[in-house]
Amino acid sequence: MPIAEEIKKAYKPTIGIECHVQLKTKTKLFAAVGNDARQAPPNTLISHICVGMPGALPVLNEAAIELAVRAAFALGSTPQKFSHFDRKHYFYPDLPKGYQITQYANPIIKGGHVDINVDGETRRIGITRAHLEEDAGKNIHPAGADYSLVDLNRAGTPLLEIVSEPDIHSPAEAKAFARELYLLMKYAGVSDVDLYHGNMRFDVNTSVSKTNEHGTRTEVKNLNSFRSVEGAVAYEIERQIELLEKGEKITQETRGWDEAKQKTVSQRGKEEAEDYRYFPEPDVPPTELNDDYVKNIQENLPIMPETWREKMHDLSINSSSIEALLDRDKEYGLDYLQRIEEGLAIDKDLAGFIAKYIVNDYFNLTDEIKRRTAGAQPAAAYLPTIKQFSEVYNLIKEGNLNSTSASVLLFNSWTQTPGADLVEYAKSKDMLQVSDEGEIENIVRKVLADNPKAAEDVKSGEAKAIGFLVGQVMKESQGKANPGLAQQIVKKILGV
Amino acid sequence: MADWPTLSDIASQVQDGKVTARELVEKSLVAIEENKEFDAVISMTSERARSRADEIDVRIKNGEQVGRLAGVPFIAKDNFLTLTGKTTAASNMLKPFEAPYQATAINKLEAEGAICVAKANLDAFAHGSSTENSDFFTTKNPHDKERVPGGSSGGSAAAVALGVVPFALGTDTGGSVRLPASFTGVVGYKPSYGLVSRSGVVAMASSTDVVGPLARSVEDTALVLDIMAGRDDLDSTTFERDKEPYGKDSLDLSGKKIGVIREYFGEGLEAGVRQNIEAAIDMLNSAGAQVSEVSLPSVPLALAVYYIICPAEVSSNLARYDGQRFGYNAPDTKNLDESYELSREQGFGAEAKRRIMMGTYVLSSGYYDAYYKKAQTVRTKIRQEFDKAFEEFDFLVGPTAPMPAFKIGERSKDPLQMYLTDIMTVAANISGNPAISVPAGTSDNLPVGLQIIGNYKDDRRLLAAARAYQELAS
Repeated sequence: MPIAEEIKKAYKPTIGIECHVQLKTKTKLFAAVGNDARQAPPNTLISHICVGMPGALPVLNEAAIELAVRAAFALGSTPQKFSHFDRKHYFYPDLPKGYQITQYANPIIKGGHVDINVDGETRRIGITRAHLEEDAGKNIHPAGADYSLVDLNRAGTPLLEIVSEPDIHSPAEAKAFARELYLLMKYAGVSDVDLYHGNMRFDVNTSVSKTNEHGTRTEVKNLNSFRSVEGAVAYEIERQIELLEKGEKITQETRGWDEAKQKTVSQRGKEEAEDYRYFPEPDVPPTELNDDYVKNIQENLPIMPETWREKMHDLSINSSSIEALLDRDKEYGLDYLQRIEEGLAIDKDLAGFIAKYIVNDYFNLTDEIKRRTAGAQPAAAYLPTIKQFSEVYNLIKEGNLNSTSASVLLFNSWTQTPGADLVEYAKSKDMLQVSDEGEIENIVRKVLADNPKAAEDVKSGEAKAIGFLVGQVMKESQGKANPGLAQQIVKKILGV
Repeated sequence: MADWPTLSDIASQVQDGKVTARELVEKSLVAIEENKEFDAVISMTSERARSRADEIDVRIKNGEQVGRLAGVPFIAKDNFLTLTGKTTAASNMLKPFEAPYQATAINKLEAEGAICVAKANLDAFAHGSSTENSDFFTTKNPHDKERVPGGSSGGSAAAVALGVVPFALGTDTGGSVRLPASFTGVVGYKPSYGLVSRSGVVAMASSTDVVGPLARSVEDTALVLDIMAGRDDLDSTTFERDKEPYGKDSLDLSGKKIGVIREYFGEGLEAGVRQNIEAAIDMLNSAGAQVSEVSLPSVPLALAVYYIICPAEVSSNLARYDGQRFGYNAPDTKNLDESYELSREQGFGAEAKRRIMMGTYVLSSGYYDAYYKKAQTVRTKIRQEFDKAFEEFDFLVGPTAPMPAFKIGERSKDPLQMYLTDIMTVAANISGNPAISVPAGTSDNLPVGLQIIGNYKDDRRLLAAARAYQELAS
């Protein structure tokens, strides 16, 4: 689609995003039935409530309310004191009751915002509302069969549908918003945020306009990665501008994302105005939140991404490393940030050391293990304990270990029993630095004798040669000499 | 007609070994067979009833205390899910339905030793006031076979009036326990909304549905309620009951303030019914109660409110009957849409379809505010009027129905005439208040019911007052 940049610039894209977040409750929203359908055979996580049997009544899972309250604070909002559920009616095989229980008129979250950072600039995206609802089941269409199958394991899974204001104006912002929402839900402990299994599904509404009035929008549904959000928005902006430039009209419609072709495709013909006949769910009494209950949840909120960013910025971690840590925290069940937090409780420099080790070395290790085990979870790749980190850090601080050896030592920790004594391990592998002056002086003298030219250069004021000599000392000592001490001794002997 | 002692006497006799549970079950099953012509029952649950009876008899032989209803046979309206036989709700839609779980109310009764022997007829999905809307057959009134027993719990009421069981279970959404109680001359109780669990009861209108017992005396009625009442984790609209038992004593009526609802004594009230109710009120008066008239001006609107809210909820609650997972499935359909359409077309009767149409209409966008929302506003007003009346009065009284049992076919051609049967009972469903129908004489040999309405959650005192009235009247 070759459209000139100047033409594109004349159009202002406007994007609003809706996101369905699957809450990490143990059981379903209205039934005491397991919620994790990932490994379960079809129709094994169901009860008379999930199947919509006659006489079955929904009973609200309080844990979902607690997670929604946390989400409210994560979204810069406060939960509504009063909310209630409504019935939304339509006929579909994956909807056993003929209605979905959702919050229509009085959602648990009204208002809020998400701050995003694009190209170093911070922008605030408004949140219109977020409401709790039950998920539907899954229809399966076996290839070539003249029937379809329904799996109700997912029916009744609690979702929080978060709706943004149309405050987003570029694909990059859309992606940043999706990612920030992901981080917020992850750090507030609201969802397992397993994107691969559809724990977060994004619907993007995109329109373009040359004026201040919004153009006709399209909705691309069911995107489950940040990249697909960005791609779908970018594609829609181009497609709509091209149509408008040709003098054609935009059809208000639902579109899907073709991942392979990286394009959106029309899913339904004309948008039918469905009448869902909402009315208040009489089987579930309204939810009224007690002030103490809300306060207690607020006071016990986990550390949110913005606070982590500030903390790590204070440790002089660069921002791309910070974002990598935020993205990968809890990966394979490894609590990277908790380890840094434990370090902070002891010593700021220790925390910085841990953070840098994780970003620079540990991520490579887990990636390597994952690669070698053909994508399997690197279960063996456990993170050194805070005690191990402290011991290794102290060895460095006391000059007994150089940073290269420290990495190797920590790297090897996963081959040891969890929590093994790494000092003993280092000794047994002869990894500790030589800080004995006499011993180093012997090595220096040998190096000076072997390199008379370099020694002369130092004496005649060529400082660079000192580095060369120290390097030779390190080589001679097989990396174990304390480099600072070695340099001092070189200078002392050569009298500079 | 089989004769039964009080429920607690039956239970003691069984517990003391004077009679076996098995004998009582057989007595009941025989009586059901002998009264088949009244069509009170859809199906018998003989097999499970006999095995439960034998189990109870063994436990008693082993010296166990079985419970407050040890060996007492009863009949459940066929909209209660039971772990035996079919649960049809008297509908073709659920004709083949075998429930995989059981109603909480039935579980609680079974836990006290009661034995369900049969499932009673009703208007299909409890939509009606005469059992004429049953997709299977119409139950006949034990006092006059040409007449209806009232509905929708008509089978349950007839069964108790016939004496085939000492008590039965019904559901009351707009008067469905009290009206047939009134028409058949038995006691029918509608508890405060939320006192008894609705779990495992085929839903009609969720915001007014209650489970209620029918029996020959207030004492028996109170015992059954006492067992069923209380919070249930499977129904979040239930509340924690008060600790004291129901129906142990009758209330001393002297000095109690009783309000006679003026709006129930206007046009449309048959003279014979009026006479009986006025005589009943005189009796309360002479027992020392302070009786005076009270006006609840919005109460006449209750029927209109009911016929907006009820169909709205019905249209929603019946959406699950789409022929795909359970119940009737139309044969030879070409695709999913046709399967939906034909299963519902063939599985639902005329009244269910009428209510689905009305409910769908009042919930449609553009009509919601004019109907459903307005009805909810009036509903709040009716509640407020009841609350205000109970600041002054202990109880409110009036007739249960404007007429005694009418003839089969007399009102079934005109839905509106049928709906008007409920004009005096629906208000308590709309407001959530407890209400009871107690026999108050006969008019032309047909029973008349006195309705006593209590304050919300004041079920214990209402039952004690009704018991006092029944003692006065006998």
